[in-house]
Amino acid sequence: MAGLMSRTSAVVKAWYSKLLGSAEDPSVTLDYSYERQREMLQNVKRGVADVVTAKKRLELQTTKLEQEVVKLEDQARKALAAGREDLARAALERKALAQQQLQGLDEQAAALERQQHQLVDSERRLSTKVEAFRSQKEVIKAQYSAAEASARIGEAASGIGEEMADTGLAIERARDKTEQMQARAGAIEELTAAGTLEDFSAPGGSQLDRELAQISASHQVDDELAKLKGEVGSGEKQKELGG
Amino acid sequence: MIVRLMGEGQYRVDESLQERLNELDDQAMAALEASNEIELDQRLDEMFTLVRNEGERLPDEDLSASDAVIPPSDLTLEETRELMSQEGFIPDLPSE
Repeated sequence: MAGLMSRTSAVVKAWYSKLLGSAEDPSVTLDYSYERQREMLQNVKRGVADVVTAKKRLELQTTKLEQEVVKLEDQARKALAAGREDLARAALERKALAQQQLQGLDEQAAALERQQHQLVDSERRLSTKVEAFRSQKEVIKAQYSAAEASARIGEAASGIGEEMADTGLAIERARDKTEQMQARAGAIEELTAAGTLEDFSAPGGSQLDRELAQISASHQVDDELAKLKGEVGSGEKQKELGG
Repeated sequence: MIVRLMGEGQYRVDESLQERLNELDDQAMAALEASNEIELDQRLDEMFTLVRNEGERLPDEDLSASDAVIPPSDLTLEETRELMSQEGFIPDLPSE
């Protein structure tokens, strides 16, 4: 039974054999393969830049949502103090929604960070190998007979082809993660744009009311409302009890 | 034997290490066939750790090809299957 290691190894070999081809003339293989190496390096650099952009967007959103949570809680407090429980509830519902969005953002930012490190490491390994390949091919061409040079070049090309396959996979996986992240960021921005997370004291249209109605009142809202009532109304309550 | 940890680099491993890797590899393969992702991830993590700790890291400029390649443990079961099945899980370089 072939194990995971030998199967993966076979897949990687098949990948780079297809990529690098099997030209009869080793110098053709060399030039072509060097060109492909440069392309792969360009790809990995682009991948790193994309991850960094996604990470920044995520960080901005986190900050914005955190500010929103603080602001909405403050507004709920003020609304309740003014005797407007309905508005306090609306603000707390929005706060819960903002918190929902915040949940997991840290984890995702950490995942992006890991992708970034992995890509940067891949880029370093591949560029070091590309340089080694470039200097070795000159030595090989100069020192060996055609047949031997061909064999040695084949070996070196295999080594570098494998690194390229590994880098290719790393780029693809980072791309998947980045796309997921962008989709999520887009969804959060849409929520904000639709007014769902906006300042509740701003004049609200019927669209906003409908969206608010769609947000089911969670236990969190009820609990917090009870808690705030306790804080804000404790004076009155005591009066009632005492009176 | 030279082993590649995907996403991390290459290591030279001796025979005794190779035997232990093969045992873990069999268990990982059985876990994959049984669709047991937790077990599969654990075995792969053990393989990574074993190679990292006891193998000899090859310098980046070494151009040797590996004799064995260990896939990463953070793939889903489905992704690992796709990787094994040679169906273009590793994307081609876009032709310019």
